[in-house]
Amino acid sequence: MELTINGSTRQVDVPADMPVLWVLRDVLGMTGTKFGCGMALCGACTVQLEGQAIRSCVTPMSAVAGKAITTIEAIGDTPAGKQVQEAWIALDVPQCGYCQSGQIMSASALLASNAHPTDADIDAAMAGNICRCGTYGRIRAAIKQAAQGAPITGKRARP
Amino acid sequence: MTTVSRRDFMTVLAAAGGGLLLGCRVDEGRPTASAAATAAAPGATPPAFVPNAFIRIGTDGGITLIMPQAEMGQGTYTSMSMLLAEELEVAPDQVQLEHAPPDDKRYANPFFGEQMTGASSSVRAFDEPLRRAGATARTMLVAAAAASWNVDPASCRAQKGVVTHTPTGRTLTYGVLAAKAAALPVPDKITLKDPKDFTLIGTPAKRLDTPSKVNGTAQFGIDVRLPGMLIATVAASPVLGGKVAGVDEPKAKAVAGVRQIVRLDDVVAVVADHMWAAKQGLAALDIRWADGPNAKLTTADIVGGLAKASESAGVTARKDGDPVKALAGAPKKVQAVYESPFLAHVTMEPMNCTVHVRKDGCEVWTGSQVLSRVQAAAAEVTGFPLEKVVVHNHLLGGGFGRRLEVDYVTQAVRIAKQVDAPVKVVWTREEDVQHDVYRSYYYDRLAAGLGLRGMPVSWTHRIVGPAIIARYLPPVFKDGIDIDAVDGAVQLLYDIPAIQVEHVRHEEPVLNTGFWRGVGVTHNNFVIESFIDELAAASRQDPVAFRRALLGKSPRATAVLDLAAKEAGWGKPLPRGHGRGVALLYSGWGTYLAQVADVEVTGSGDVRVHRIVCAVDCGRIVNPDIVTAQIQSGVVYGISGALWGEVTLKNGRVEQSNFHNYRVLRMNESPPIEVHLVRNSEAPGGIGEPGTAVTAPALGNAIYAATGKRLRKLPLQAGLRLVAR
Repeated sequence: MELTINGSTRQVDVPADMPVLWVLRDVLGMTGTKFGCGMALCGACTVQLEGQAIRSCVTPMSAVAGKAITTIEAIGDTPAGKQVQEAWIALDVPQCGYCQSGQIMSASALLASNAHPTDADIDAAMAGNICRCGTYGRIRAAIKQAAQGAPITGKRARP
Repeated sequence: MTTVSRRDFMTVLAAAGGGLLLGCRVDEGRPTASAAATAAAPGATPPAFVPNAFIRIGTDGGITLIMPQAEMGQGTYTSMSMLLAEELEVAPDQVQLEHAPPDDKRYANPFFGEQMTGASSSVRAFDEPLRRAGATARTMLVAAAAASWNVDPASCRAQKGVVTHTPTGRTLTYGVLAAKAAALPVPDKITLKDPKDFTLIGTPAKRLDTPSKVNGTAQFGIDVRLPGMLIATVAASPVLGGKVAGVDEPKAKAVAGVRQIVRLDDVVAVVADHMWAAKQGLAALDIRWADGPNAKLTTADIVGGLAKASESAGVTARKDGDPVKALAGAPKKVQAVYESPFLAHVTMEPMNCTVHVRKDGCEVWTGSQVLSRVQAAAAEVTGFPLEKVVVHNHLLGGGFGRRLEVDYVTQAVRIAKQVDAPVKVVWTREEDVQHDVYRSYYYDRLAAGLGLRGMPVSWTHRIVGPAIIARYLPPVFKDGIDIDAVDGAVQLLYDIPAIQVEHVRHEEPVLNTGFWRGVGVTHNNFVIESFIDELAAASRQDPVAFRRALLGKSPRATAVLDLAAKEAGWGKPLPRGHGRGVALLYSGWGTYLAQVADVEVTGSGDVRVHRIVCAVDCGRIVNPDIVTAQIQSGVVYGISGALWGEVTLKNGRVEQSNFHNYRVLRMNESPPIEVHLVRNSEAPGGIGEPGTAVTAPALGNAIYAATGKRLRKLPLQAGLRLVAR
């Protein structure tokens, strides 16, 4: 099957019902996208399909044929993704870091479609991404900082 | 299946961002079986200055700090590096970090005598050892420079990896000095910096692991990739203690990508090219189980056993005065039973372990809080001596005490023994929830007598639960006292003339139980701080004022209580349906923490947490930003556990399986969490767990303030619904 990931086309010999998550991680060796639940409950596996945040653990290969997938490895090449990554670094958002690929993919998708999200917009876009380390306050602050598009100074905003 | 070459692998590691060199080390051109375990060894290329187990400076100027403690989100790689770098006189952006290999001799946590990251101990235990390690290296580098110039070392100073001869301005870099320093004897006497001269310790320095955690390059155990590696997933008996009775192997092997079925007595693994095939294969196996003796077991059976045990006296861990007599003579008596359920850890990274068993040795890749135990577990299963078992630690996608256990390592090695390739064993979330090493169920009986002015004259607290320490750290289990089971209870700060704290050891043989974030304190603080609130209510006194009146001997506790109350606006009016609750924590961690929670109980009985305010005195702070993050982290973990956390058994099976029925806090439910730090120069206290432990009582007390309903059993949300009925 053919897959378009981060701008390049890859051929993979996998079943049509195989979730994209395992193609990324176990076939293509792109381990930035994480396995958390396998049931679209936690968001650790979030990637973007044509700019929309999707849960790759329940998205079969058949659903992504001919469409562009973006993963954490390349989200920094998008304007929203770059702003989000910079804000994440400025506020030292991650703790264990395991859920952060998914958090960043969801946040980048939000900002790409909504440059100035409200708290309610952030809740709606991010409620599907669980963080057991409890970085939610900093994620919210970092999304707002990224949305401001202000120069990232490294100064810490308190969540 | 696509694999990467060793060269690609090294590139990935080198790109891991921020000067970090994390993940497994696969040295090119050397057999992998002997590639690790040499992280700090002399003879690394290029020739290096290795003054101790934590520092390696190459003649190329490369400065590597070897991290004795595991990074599981708590910021230890940054705080440990700050302790070393402060005294070594290097900047954080000049260093690379490396995971320590398993080695209890070189990397033991001084608190436990073995390599262990837990009990909120890293900064407390390594504060002085790492500063000494850094100062020793700096002293030798300065001595080497002074010898080169033939000047007095006292006329030289070190800064940012360079030694300068102050009078002449001559400089030499650490890299240039490395070979010369390596030839010097390690000094017996070194001088640590005066804390007033610290330039790094005490600052909100940036975390060193952040860059790799925002671009997907951070390497967790589950991210390991090796040439020829296969992937397995497992099913252990759903009824705890059951055995495999039969499997439909041909059906599983018919799944494309399935390579092998490994059947052990209590678990079945499907080994495949990728996780999808392994999962499909496992589903196709149609495993039949022999359920064994626990097939009818329910939570109620276990609680019944605990309740019965609570009727007998236990081992006394603290006794002041004569509580029985004081209670008998008190004009008013208050008694209560508290219950805390089994809890799962549910780290975001499910349990996993990669193992390659060869004829001549074994190699393990995983993320662990106890690396030497990983090595010992693999040695035991394979029969190899320790030196033939190479273990590579990784970043941990959450620990919370789950990765203090090595059950998943033992299981993976048992499976790998049957597989002629490296195999990564990955648990599904369902397996992770249903085969955890759970936080124990605790059953507590309390009684207090109130004197004429309403103040307590006696306090008795009987804790019923297992002695995890007896299993986990036998040398620490002395005189029948499990210091963990009674932690936070024996340190009761309240000025009460007669106090007795007892532990009735009651082991639950069916469920494996262990440490969960906040360990004994998490359960004890809920009980103590809820019960003291009950006493305040029985005396018709304000909960803050009541506590404050009992804290005459503890100014630090008073200070955090006052600070939290002030910042939270204690006493100010709240909207209808809201309530404020307070809780105070002090325990073996040495940290004082007060929390005020503002919750709302809606008309339909849902609890919503609106605001949390914490005041923290953890002594001397290494990195205030990490302390703040850890308190916030602990609170979020604590809210999940307090409101919803509960593992239950029915017919011998754990009923919960994934995030839909083991609910955890999400972004839209997470309140603002304000953290106010008290700055002083007291000895450092632990900060990874207190935030979790103090949250349940603050929430329970807030619910009481909002509704008048006293909840003595966790989780609170379920209890509130029961009371509401």
